[in-house]
Amino acid sequence: MSISPLYDILHKLHNDVDFESHEALIDEGVLDSFDIVSLVAEISEAYGLQVPPEEITPENFNSARLIFAMLERVSEE
Amino acid sequence: MSDNLMKINILEYLEETATRLPDKPAFIGPEEGRALTFGRLLRMARGVGSCLIGSQKTGPVAVFMDKEPETAAAFFGVMYSGGFYVPLDAEMPMNRLTMILENLKPSAVICGRKTAEPARGLNYDGDILLFEDICEYNIDARCLEDVRRRHIDVDPAYVVFTSGSTGTPKGVVASHRSVIDYIEQLTRVLKTDEETVFGSQTPLYVDACLKELISVIKCGASAYFIPKSLFMFPVRLLEYLNEKRINTVCWVVSALTMISGLGALEKRRPEHLTTVAFGSEVFPVKQFKMWREALPDARFINLYGPTEATGMSCFYEVTRELSDNEPIPIGEPFPNTRVILIDGEICIAGAGLSLGYYNDPEKTGRSFIANPNITGYREIIYRTGDLGRYNEHGELVYISRKDYQIKHMGQRIELAEIEAAAQAVPDVAQAACVYDERDSAICLFYSGQARKEALIKALKSALPRYMLPAKIERLEQMPLTPNMKLDRKALLDRI
Repeated sequence: MSISPLYDILHKLHNDVDFESHEALIDEGVLDSFDIVSLVAEISEAYGLQVPPEEITPENFNSARLIFAMLERVSEE
Repeated sequence: MSDNLMKINILEYLEETATRLPDKPAFIGPEEGRALTFGRLLRMARGVGSCLIGSQKTGPVAVFMDKEPETAAAFFGVMYSGGFYVPLDAEMPMNRLTMILENLKPSAVICGRKTAEPARGLNYDGDILLFEDICEYNIDARCLEDVRRRHIDVDPAYVVFTSGSTGTPKGVVASHRSVIDYIEQLTRVLKTDEETVFGSQTPLYVDACLKELISVIKCGASAYFIPKSLFMFPVRLLEYLNEKRINTVCWVVSALTMISGLGALEKRRPEHLTTVAFGSEVFPVKQFKMWREALPDARFINLYGPTEATGMSCFYEVTRELSDNEPIPIGEPFPNTRVILIDGEICIAGAGLSLGYYNDPEKTGRSFIANPNITGYREIIYRTGDLGRYNEHGELVYISRKDYQIKHMGQRIELAEIEAAAQAVPDVAQAACVYDERDSAICLFYSGQARKEALIKALKSALPRYMLPAKIERLEQMPLTPNMKLDRKALLDRI
């Protein structure tokens, strides 16, 4: 699994954010309630998996790395 | 004060309930444990009112505070002063705030501790009052009584600003009468009572929040102001609803579809929820059915109404099966409200009508007109600009905005009809059409995983040729206004 499709998706949402280093996407309000629905749909398609709703939490979405870690976990289950 | 007397001031609700239930929490803030009881609410509101009267701040008073229980106390406090409140929010763009302040010329701005700093950045040179400084002000009962004696029920209660098509915000002035009329009917339809626990979603600077604010003080109910961030995390949101035993929600459709669309209803059932009211947008039937399945015993009520008629004017409780491409009807007018269709346009009459647009007699005169079907006397009707029709069950159905009706290739076309056809296609989450006048082209935007080719194919089989969009574009997400409604102007800007 590669993290680069995730970066592509995030950059499409907000091309002005450095997702490689940003660690507080939720805490600082970079991602909002409108982003979350499309973001989840996009990553589900790109990685060919279903993101379980209980994984959609602030803890899992605060950085690109955390989102990717969650995706890896989900794909292993 | 007796229940048999007709209410003429919104504050009578608060006074009666605070006497009956002084220690019951009325509003519970997004921060843990921060609740305001009816008794405290009354005390603070009377303090604010006394302070405003004492410092001769009359007429419009702007309230620039976050969504917290104290903001409601500030609203009612302005009413105690005999004036009317105007909610402003730090989320509003600065030039919008400036336009509102210039139009309004408020006698004071009330801010909270968190908004004190941004309040200093407003283009306003009058007095800025900190809520916590004025809410404990000595109550001047004689002055408050004096103000009340001079009050009549058609005095203004608040002005809320909505976006105008020209870009200048319009201030809609609601009266105590219109609010009382609306809330009496709404609470009857929703069956609101002391057991009702609202989960409030809408910001306090739109009229939609009256559904909770005024219903709570009328019925002795309670309302939780749900933290905004929860509207990103569907399972957490449902857990919050369960933990707070929230049984009633009046939400915009997109808040409900966020939960169903991400599959959260299959994981957590909102077990206390018995009344789900929604409005302001069309509820996609596919999503609606997920809610219905999750909560087979709950009441689902579609609400419809313009800000100009003080919130909501029509309701429809879903009691029959809806077919997949059938829009949820808006049903029938509230009691004491009349709806007539003039050339298909929904027009509203009744005590729930607001007083019109602040400082804009011309626009008021164009939208609030005498009913042309009545010649012997004057019945004021508000022209909503929305088109409606009656279905075969005799239920009123919203079609679209009047301006979405276009003439294209010599045909009258409802853009909403194209949207409905697109919405019926699997994996289309949301669809919206705009008309590009310059190129005479129908443009369709959609979100969701559906492939463009599949969408085109489906539209070709569902629509006459002249209605097929010339351009179709898939968006990551539909642009939304601050109140989470579809932003059609932003779509027009994309073409």
